[in-house]
Amino acid sequence: MGLTLTTEEKEMLDGKYGKATQKAMEIITTLGEIYGANRLIPITSVQIAGVSYDNLGEAGLEYLSEMAVDGHARVLTTLNPAGMDMLEWKKHGISEDFAANQERVVEAFEKMGVITTCTCTPYLIGNLPHFGEHIAWAESSAVCFANSVIGALTNREGGPSALAAALTGKTAEYGFHLEENRLAQVKYEIRAELKDTDDFGLLGKVIGTRTGKTIPYITNIEKATTEELKSFCASIATYGGVAIFHMEGITPNKTTIPDKTEVVTEEDLRAARVELDDEGADIDFISVGCPHASIKEIAEIAEMLDGKKVADGKTVWITTAKPTKDLAVKMGFYDKIENAGAFLVADACCAVAPLKGKFTGLMTDSAKACFYARGKNKFKTEIRTVEQCIKEAIA
Amino acid sequence: MQGRKIFKGKVVGEALVTGDDISFYGGCDPETGEIVEKDHHLEGKSVSGKILVFPSGKGSTVGSYVLYALKKAEKAPLAIVNRVMDPVVAVGCIISEIPAVDQIDIGKIKNGQKIEVDADNGVVTLIEG
Repeated sequence: MGLTLTTEEKEMLDGKYGKATQKAMEIITTLGEIYGANRLIPITSVQIAGVSYDNLGEAGLEYLSEMAVDGHARVLTTLNPAGMDMLEWKKHGISEDFAANQERVVEAFEKMGVITTCTCTPYLIGNLPHFGEHIAWAESSAVCFANSVIGALTNREGGPSALAAALTGKTAEYGFHLEENRLAQVKYEIRAELKDTDDFGLLGKVIGTRTGKTIPYITNIEKATTEELKSFCASIATYGGVAIFHMEGITPNKTTIPDKTEVVTEEDLRAARVELDDEGADIDFISVGCPHASIKEIAEIAEMLDGKKVADGKTVWITTAKPTKDLAVKMGFYDKIENAGAFLVADACCAVAPLKGKFTGLMTDSAKACFYARGKNKFKTEIRTVEQCIKEAIA
Repeated sequence: MQGRKIFKGKVVGEALVTGDDISFYGGCDPETGEIVEKDHHLEGKSVSGKILVFPSGKGSTVGSYVLYALKKAEKAPLAIVNRVMDPVVAVGCIISEIPAVDQIDIGKIKNGQKIEVDADNGVVTLIEG
């Protein structure tokens, strides 16, 4: 039957609300047509990816500046990590040139009324949709968290399509906005002990690699913390492209339970760990906070680093959202971390900062961080628990 | 050949045809339009000023911005013709205003052939055999 638009949506498409809104509506309706949507639906929250100048480049910045001429966000909109801590970038070795360009990117978003906290965990800092809410998020790990752990409904948006949703307050109704596309397709029975965030990252890698885009129904996980779930979401989305999963007893979405069953064993996790541990990795960079560290994780790390010193030749980045960093300052965690010679870095992360050539070996608790460190920055990697990462830092 | 309009416009030009999918991010130089993906069928060729005919897009969503960069550098393809339009390429064409059509049997288009893309009507016409 094709895509039917309301009067307001047609007016947006005809340019009555300005050029940026018109362009945004062209993007939304074209995607709707490609995917066979019948209508657009209102969304209440947006998360935009493509914020680091390292990924966007000059052309991306130019596009954003053009949209910022008359574009304005109609719903709560937050940003993915930038390429640097927007305040303390200098001491992290970011160049003046890069900083100036990164500031122009964030300014363009700010002009559009976007809340410019740069984080991949918007759900930890106030962009928290509820169960059943339709949203338009980019950032694959946050998409997976929103769909699976929260039970909100979103497709895997890209940077421009998420911005388009922000400027129009709409998205086309297709894919994961429709209940029938969210049902589990294959069961994964977990026969392994999962102790820390790194184990959940490894599990995400194992299931992600096997399942691709097939929706998993995961059983036999007794409990999982928010931190472990965010690690799992990041990993399964990175290695598999999954936008939603079900975890028995933990995630809230209703689903039919598939008959087809796969088993994940201790041996599978061990194999995944071996794959992420490069031989001869000379660790000069330790990063925790992919996805961004929660205040709970920062508190624990601050205790581990209290009174200790980071070893010569090693750099430590604990990455988090700006509001969480502010809280860490208030609680004295920031001082404990920084006095030890580690950095509590807001707004950025080791995957999107311009770090190529600066280090050779990364140790992290994040399977996702390993992927980008290898692909984008050509670092060797080792995956360990947070505690082991900090021990390595002060060894 | 009747296909589907993705982004409007009407152009005549020379077809650059490949059977390989294209990832614009990492696979195409945003300043020159040269395909740089290793072992790609079009590696070393420039998409600039050509009607680029390929099965579908692949890869990162940042690819949309690469098409925009090409347009700004005046190195963009004249038009894009796909078998199946990938959303990254679709969004790239919209933001860069590159005429684009999909659902075309691209096997019928020969490399170097002069073709017309009437994206408004979703039609691709072979001008020379």
